Amino acid sequence: MDNKTKPIQLQEETEPQRMERGAYSRMLDELISNRAAVLGVFILVAFILFAIFAESITPYDPIQRDARGRLAEPTIEHPFGTDSLGRDILARVLYGGRVSIIIGFSAIIVAGVAGIGLGLIAGYFGGTLDNAIMRVMDVILAFPGLILAIWLVAIFGSSLGNLILAIAFFNIPTFARLSRGSTLSAREMDYVIAAQSMGASPIQILWKHILPAVSGPLIVLATLSVSGAIVTGASLSFLGLGIDPPTPEWGSMLADGRGYLRNAWWIAFFPGIAITLVVVALNLLGDGLRDALDPRVLQ
Amino acid sequence: MTKHILRRIAVAIPLILTIVTLVFLMLRLGLPGDPAQLLAGDRATPELIEQIRKNLGLDRPIHEQYLIFLRDAMQGDLGDSSTFRQPVIELIGSAFPFTAIITFLTVVIGTFLGIVVGIVTALWRKTLLDNVTMVVVIFFYSIPTFWMGLMLILIFSVQLRWLPVQGSGTWQHFVLPVATLSLNQVALIGRLTRNSLIETMNMDFIRTARAKGLRQRDVLIRHALKNTLIPVVTVTGISVGALLGGAVITETIFGLPGVGRLAIQAINNRDYPMIQGTVMLVAISFVFVNLIVDILYVYIDPRIRHI
Repeated sequence: MDNKTKPIQLQEETEPQRMERGAYSRMLDELISNRAAVLGVFILVAFILFAIFAESITPYDPIQRDARGRLAEPTIEHPFGTDSLGRDILARVLYGGRVSIIIGFSAIIVAGVAGIGLGLIAGYFGGTLDNAIMRVMDVILAFPGLILAIWLVAIFGSSLGNLILAIAFFNIPTFARLSRGSTLSAREMDYVIAAQSMGASPIQILWKHILPAVSGPLIVLATLSVSGAIVTGASLSFLGLGIDPPTPEWGSMLADGRGYLRNAWWIAFFPGIAITLVVVALNLLGDGLRDALDPRVLQ
Repeated sequence: MTKHILRRIAVAIPLILTIVTLVFLMLRLGLPGDPAQLLAGDRATPELIEQIRKNLGLDRPIHEQYLIFLRDAMQGDLGDSSTFRQPVIELIGSAFPFTAIITFLTVVIGTFLGIVVGIVTALWRKTLLDNVTMVVVIFFYSIPTFWMGLMLILIFSVQLRWLPVQGSGTWQHFVLPVATLSLNQVALIGRLTRNSLIETMNMDFIRTARAKGLRQRDVLIRHALKNTLIPVVTVTGISVGALLGGAVITETIFGLPGVGRLAIQAINNRDYPMIQGTVMLVAISFVFVNLIVDILYVYIDPRIRHI
């Protein structure tokens, strides 16, 4: 009996893995040939580098006030001008990316891990557990994201951790739904049934066989969700519910600039350009990944 | 078909009940501090706090409070706003029309223009027109509403002086907020319609229609469009739900006294009955809109009737 099943096990195990690898390298080739997606990667990497190496790029301190240089127009000295406290806008935009990028990526990592975990469990085990998990997801989905995040931050306070958790929270259901749907079809695959009959534990099956098979659409969803999370983070700051000043953050810079639209347009203009570029970049990348994967998957 | 609709309604009712319960629990149990203390303010005497607690029914056991809350909510009584000293339901009632007008105009204008953009770009696919439009669309789709709103104010109110910056007195006050939200909606729907139409045009039944010798226009209008609209209806439904409660930013920027701004004010003032009321209203209208979308599907896509 053992001798008979072993070769089959080897075959069944290597087959899907080889297919996966092939699928991903094809996806990567396709992505590289997509100019818009490459542009997206380029912009995104640039902003991440700006945020990391802000100290070396600009001589100005983003928090240091300068009473004599207030509301200065863009010049060679201050390419993006200065704000009402005389702080250099370019420096604040460069440093400001840190908070936005950290919030965007961390929130989606948290939401992704939680949502995918729940979706895999719901899809694989089915029955009452599936029902219970998905009904909870329906309830979270019934609250519009921004209002829910505002509410959570208002109740629990607006530390960086709370902002990340609040934004992550309302992103969980989309990941859960998508991974559950893919798991439902993946669990009927021959190689999964084979692994089950070998006596593999559910955790092994979910981790080694189902997760790799469903990860493509999830990567696309994650990329597109990061842009949404960055906008939500900035929106919360814009409404005064974000990171406390004077830490530079794009949303709160825009809120500062709102009062100076008449005489100092640059205060609101440049941080807005920064957010828009990062969001465009993530959307281009997400679209490229989706096209490379399969145009129909996420429709 | 009736069965499908009834089943949808049967799912919506427990969902609404859960939302109401959650809102109740979050504000009673999730909050640091005593609501009566918060309502009374820092310098209140213990007697006053006790009085408020009694008036609000906070001295009763939690399950009794919950039943009273449910009974009152069913009768439309959501308590009084602690900031405005007026019934929450009245304040929401007077704010709702502003939000409803903005939502209606945005959805109608944005969806219509979006469908037009989608059809044009799909029919002239891979031409210069398509490429340029798609770049513009992805840009408008990505611009956060708060920045879009500020830039429109900068151009049309500050520089050109064509339109007022803030307020809600005349029709001109609605132009910029609706434009801010519509541009986003056009981009969203345009992209979706384009992709959906391209996909539909490759389907077998379109090939059949063409083989019958139908003109391009008839193929498009009689056969392809209906199929294309299924995802558009879903996304439009989500937009309506999101706009009814989520136009927070736009309402704040343009100083419109709608539900979103009411919610933000309530949160800033720690006005708990008001937060409770707005969050509940927003979530429930979201469920209702989804219910309507589900029912609309049946008319657009007859296949669903048999499921």
